[in-house]
Amino acid sequence: MITPKDISATTVASARDAMRAGLYTSEELVRAVLAAIDEKDGGIGAYLTVDREGAIAAAAEADARRRAGESGDLLGIPVAMKDIFNVKGQPCTCASRILEGYVAPYDATVTARLRAAGAIPCGRVNMDEFAMGASTEHSAFHPTRNPVAPDRVPGGSSGGSAAAVSGGMALCSLGTDTGGSIRQPASFCGCVGLKPSYGRVSRYGVTAFASSLDQVGPITRTVEDAALLLQCIAGADPHDQTCLDRPVPDYAAALRGASTEGLRIGVPREYFAEGSDPEVLSLVRAAIDKAAAAGARVEEVSLPHTEYAIAVYYICATAEASANLARFDGVRYGARRVGPDGSLASLYDRSRTDGFGPEVKRRILLGTWVLSSGYRDAYYRRALKVRTLVRRDFDAAFAKCDVLMCPVAPTPAFKLDSTVNDPLKAYLCDAFTVPANLAGLCGVSVPCGRTAADGLPVGLQILGPAFGEPALLRAAAAMEALLR
Amino acid sequence: MKYTIDIGLETHVQLKTRTKMFCGCSLASGAEPNVNVCPVCLGLPGALPRANREAVRLTVISGLMLGSRIAKRAEFDRKNYFYPDMSKNYQISEDAHPLCIGGGVEIGGAGGAARTVRLNHIHLEEDAAKINHYARHSGVDYNRCGTPLMEIVSEPDLHSPDEAMEYLQTLRRILVYAGVSDCNLEDGNMRSDVNVSVRPEGSDRLGTKVEIKNMNTFKGIHAALEFEIARQTALIDAGGAVIQETRRWDGDLGETFSMRTKENAHDYRYFPEPDLLPIELPPELVEQWRAELPELPERKKERFASQFGLPAYDAGVLAAERPLAEYFESTVSAGAPAKLAANWIMGDVLRLLGAAGKEAADVASLSTLPPASLASLLRLVEGRTINGPTAKALLEELFEKGGDPAAIVKERGLAQVSDAGAVEELARRAIEANPKPVAEFKAGKKASLQFLVGQVMKLSRGKADPKLAAQALAKIIEDMPQ
Repeated sequence: MITPKDISATTVASARDAMRAGLYTSEELVRAVLAAIDEKDGGIGAYLTVDREGAIAAAAEADARRRAGESGDLLGIPVAMKDIFNVKGQPCTCASRILEGYVAPYDATVTARLRAAGAIPCGRVNMDEFAMGASTEHSAFHPTRNPVAPDRVPGGSSGGSAAAVSGGMALCSLGTDTGGSIRQPASFCGCVGLKPSYGRVSRYGVTAFASSLDQVGPITRTVEDAALLLQCIAGADPHDQTCLDRPVPDYAAALRGASTEGLRIGVPREYFAEGSDPEVLSLVRAAIDKAAAAGARVEEVSLPHTEYAIAVYYICATAEASANLARFDGVRYGARRVGPDGSLASLYDRSRTDGFGPEVKRRILLGTWVLSSGYRDAYYRRALKVRTLVRRDFDAAFAKCDVLMCPVAPTPAFKLDSTVNDPLKAYLCDAFTVPANLAGLCGVSVPCGRTAADGLPVGLQILGPAFGEPALLRAAAAMEALLR
Repeated sequence: MKYTIDIGLETHVQLKTRTKMFCGCSLASGAEPNVNVCPVCLGLPGALPRANREAVRLTVISGLMLGSRIAKRAEFDRKNYFYPDMSKNYQISEDAHPLCIGGGVEIGGAGGAARTVRLNHIHLEEDAAKINHYARHSGVDYNRCGTPLMEIVSEPDLHSPDEAMEYLQTLRRILVYAGVSDCNLEDGNMRSDVNVSVRPEGSDRLGTKVEIKNMNTFKGIHAALEFEIARQTALIDAGGAVIQETRRWDGDLGETFSMRTKENAHDYRYFPEPDLLPIELPPELVEQWRAELPELPERKKERFASQFGLPAYDAGVLAAERPLAEYFESTVSAGAPAKLAANWIMGDVLRLLGAAGKEAADVASLSTLPPASLASLLRLVEGRTINGPTAKALLEELFEKGGDPAAIVKERGLAQVSDAGAVEELARRAIEANPKPVAEFKAGKKASLQFLVGQVMKLSRGKADPKLAAQALAKIIEDMPQ
């Protein structure tokens, strides 16, 4: 048996083992998750829509597959999906008015892989509109609250993904990370959040924000669960040329016997400068000290171009977004509004003016500006050059370290409404997460304690080189064990 | 004032691929609207493009045929503009790093001095959807959206509308020959925008250019250029100045109209397409493609003349169209004597095709008379197993119904009578039966011999070797007592 209360302590691995042992069925597990959502989500707002019938039907099917002899890691496991993934037959609004009523006509590659493994996309979780934001307050529908401290944000943009797991309303979820959108909410909500290397997971069917930065990854309770989900979704996809044809290692195997003994940890000086919350810094330092005490070799490193990362990120990401979001025009799908003159220009104008929220408009304008004639060289082209310098900083650091450790964000979860009217302040909060996206690295947030004053979760960020997931997850599992 | 005209063309050519540029949708024409579509070409959220390798290969082949330099690394870019014909509201094209750089098209061979029209570059992109306008609304058909297009951009090296026509016709011949495109004008396989400017004769500074769009035919391009040149020269003659702008050709009215001026030009905000990897072409691959290039008509004509000893005219006719040239060469390599094959193909085979309402190029799909069968027939002619009239009748039959010429000849006993004794016997019978023509021949009327040959042929039911018959007749009459 499993009850709604049990969900907050259930991991993917424990549910897998319980179902293999016949302790409960997938249908019972799914019903427990649905009941937990009914019970708890009213005060949190993690979900946008829940596919009850679909989820129960899929669970019954998974149970039948199990009876037929299957026993995969994700068989019968419900997964909360960020509202950015196409799941055939489910809404896919990206928390935007402009896609209100849009139902996905096809499965994203990650969706198809989850389904093939027997996992169940059971509901759509909230996000900042089109993944633009770091608090989930920019959802066009409603904000999501942090289950640990409901007066605070869950982070974002994958805030619903993190809140569903943290609030005991999901075992695991999938999110996307363009500039920290998996790692930062995981940090704020006390979850594990993994951003795989660029090119590790297919982006096909994932509504694009910034194509050269977006990456899909899991938010879970444990590092092991993150490894299990990555195992399922990673690997080449003929539908996505940027998803590289490189072998997918056995990530769960990489975790066995994980320890920090002999691990070479780099500590980037620039990530510990003044300006961050002192409690965040001391929790992260304490975690690194524990690693050192357990046999890791800790060395300070420098990533000198860190200070430019925010500017480079907000130029590259918005430039790409300005084109990626051009397709939302009211012509073929989504919200359609026409002005009194009935003209094509008024169709574009009204559909987009009414359909997009202020943060999305701000970024489309920024991106349009940096690409426009006369400014492209000064902004966009220069940003591409500095992006290369940021990448080189990491190459140099990884020449002498296995992983880097640093804070995920300069603060723990902040109060609702505290950044909405100050976009620049909000953008600066991404300083420690965007460099990994610019450089295509893999990174993970692992809980490393809570603040003394408010009891807010703080994450330790571990970064690894591109396609260095096995070593990254191994280090994360070792830290998870040390910090437990 | 006298003016020099400078014309440059941007020619869009639809590549002959099976599927679209960035998805697997079919390019079959004639489908109902919005049938050949998928999430990618409809620009649905989350869909990603993947580049069509065959389109890349065909573009490189075009570049090689036209003498372009092939880029080691080409990159796709996004060209941003809002219009319902482009589902993503950006077109994937190549701006900064096209596949082929430079190159040229030779014009003016016959009569005038040959010269090369330089190409700036050739790039690969996707076509837009088709918009149909109705009384109260417009409809978009995305079947065409994402069709692979190659854009060939020339330098302003053309100096008259006629030259522009010659350039386009030459380009078309080369591309069709290379199998890169059907260049079917009715289907919009080949569309051009033109840039035209005029400058006082002797000036070495180009005049202000005007771009003209919306010509669907070669004739339309010619007419639009003529109109535009007249408009620009009249404007300058009257003391005015041409402004840089884009104009639209209205074929019905025969005039160009201003669409937008330079100040209102689109800012396409090009940037590298992040969804696609750069195209890297290893030199070995390009060399392999170069080795597989079809021979151009001019080169082939020279080779036919020297290799097969054909007269220049025959070589030219056979080389002009690739299917005909291939048919000829296959027939020769199947054992037919080259000169005989040339004569029969240019004569009877083309005549039969014409009578059947087909074109020379259709020879490729002539299943009843494949090159091997024609070669077999011509070997029978060459070896004098059958005579000319029998061969012609047999060719018509084969063209109609097909069959194995050697087997038919054997089965029906069509082999000509080449046995000297047998022919002599027939000749004696013909002479006995026709004393009057014999007497006339004796008296010096050469034509009477032909009549007698005809009689021999009749007696042999067409199978006698006419040459042998003539020899036998002449000899018998000569030997007759006076």
